[in-house]
Amino acid sequence: MDLIDLNLQQLRQALDRREVSAREVTEAYLRRIEATNARLNSYLSICSELALSQAQTADERLAAGEAAPLTGIPLAVKDIFNLEQTRTTAGSRLLDNYVAPYDATAVARLKENGAVLLGKLNMDEFAMGSSNENSAFGPCRNPWDPERVPGGSSGGSAAAVAARQAVATLGTDTGGSIRQPAAHCGVVGLKPTYGRVSRYGVIAYASSLDQVGPVARTVEDCALLLQAIAGHDHRDSTSIDCPVPDYSAALQQKIEGLKIGLPREYFIEGLDADVQKAIEAAIEVYRGLGAEIVDISLPHTDYAVACYYLIATAEASSNLARYDGVRYGRRVDPGKGLIDMYCATRTQGFGTEVKRRIMLGTYALSSGYYDAYYLKAQKVRTLIRDDFVRAFEQVDLILTPVAPTPAFGLGEKLDDPLQMYLSDIFTIPVNLAGTCGLSLPCGFSTAGLPIGLQLIGRPFAEQSLLRAGHAFQQATDWHLKKAAI
Amino acid sequence: MKITRDQVAQVARLARLELAGEELERLTVDMEAILSYVDKLNELDTDGIEPTSHAVPVDNAFRPDEVRPSIGLDKALANAPQREEDCFVVPRVIE
Repeated sequence: MDLIDLNLQQLRQALDRREVSAREVTEAYLRRIEATNARLNSYLSICSELALSQAQTADERLAAGEAAPLTGIPLAVKDIFNLEQTRTTAGSRLLDNYVAPYDATAVARLKENGAVLLGKLNMDEFAMGSSNENSAFGPCRNPWDPERVPGGSSGGSAAAVAARQAVATLGTDTGGSIRQPAAHCGVVGLKPTYGRVSRYGVIAYASSLDQVGPVARTVEDCALLLQAIAGHDHRDSTSIDCPVPDYSAALQQKIEGLKIGLPREYFIEGLDADVQKAIEAAIEVYRGLGAEIVDISLPHTDYAVACYYLIATAEASSNLARYDGVRYGRRVDPGKGLIDMYCATRTQGFGTEVKRRIMLGTYALSSGYYDAYYLKAQKVRTLIRDDFVRAFEQVDLILTPVAPTPAFGLGEKLDDPLQMYLSDIFTIPVNLAGTCGLSLPCGFSTAGLPIGLQLIGRPFAEQSLLRAGHAFQQATDWHLKKAAI
Repeated sequence: MKITRDQVAQVARLARLELAGEELERLTVDMEAILSYVDKLNELDTDGIEPTSHAVPVDNAFRPDEVRPSIGLDKALANAPQREEDCFVVPRVIE
């Protein structure tokens, strides 16, 4: 077996038994990245020096019998995370020269747990997109079919795991940006509950929705990564101070008697036939495992995309005001004063989709429109959240598709922003409600593209998501299929 | 909802973006389509519904008022497009 074929759990054992050194496995990954990155464009920066020095430290720890849970495990992070002394671009030309002066908390926790960091992963600019085509550094490609998108915005995070260019990765999810690319690339992605993982040091898109989470090959590996990064951080005042349970221990519990809800609004016309078939088969797997399947309703689902594109863009227009060419990033100065410097910097630095969202958000917040758009959307957000509160009085988990179709072709939706936005219809409500969602492979389309299953849990009930996801992977082998790249 | 080119240009000024010609034209069309779509929220009666700004309610997060180490001037200024001593330099504002 090739070293890069080992998942996190297997590699942990191999390292602990000293069957392989952290240096060997890190070198294997760096070779893999070098051999495949020109085809996929999943890495924007490769940190060989940092990775090899961390691997050396890891080998010393292992020799001393002082291994932490991630000691010697090669990981990579979306280029939205500050990683000290590395270029951190958020996929934007405006930040192509920005070198992070400190570590994001999630990254610091990976380091404290002994991880080896291979590099920074491609993404839609400022996490705005569903296809990774909005990257200023070119699109990332889907390892299952390079003519298709990997999904977005954490396209690089999902593609790198599918292509075995890292054991696992971190992404961020504002409207589905971890779960949708995980589904399109046939890997596992978890969006934790809002507040479960610190956002400190993560470049902000929409602050009331953004959340950090893992992308991995198995649900079990996701549990190990979440364990490392979850918990309160005094540097993020919205991170919640509540105990972090033992996620791996939770995996072992049975799912018999678990009540799983199927929201009728998610099984609609327009759902791809292959996706529908795979989801129906997954429901049967759960029935076979002893879960009780219940029909439920989330009546405001149809309003989620409209609600999201007002709230997210309003927050983005405010968050992105900081890119003014003064303190960091690119400056374009036509020599006609301060305001012209701001305008030239932003106009030349931002890509089309980012400008579109800043414009929408600015409009929604501007005088005379605030009540009609932004406040209205916040009220609808309450209705959407209440849908979930009511549903979770009836069921323990909710099961849905992740996306209405498998991965679409490069360029296919680029000229129609609204169609692109609608591809996130099944993932967006979870962010608006602030709860947690897991995406895991549940089949393939007739064209051989991965299909994802979404499980949604109560706030801070990641354990039950992971438990149900793990049970599914014990009963099926979809997650063991490898992309032929 | 009808949005005009002039309105879009005004919003661009607020957002500190320079949009002209084809880009302005294109954005007007896109914003028109997206705003027509989001108008569907008006189908819902939201009278008496409280707005949600954060899904997980967070009260003021206080912490002890203690001096802690900060990032330091050199690191904070390391990415500055233009720097002089301990300051960010910007184009002249006051003549």
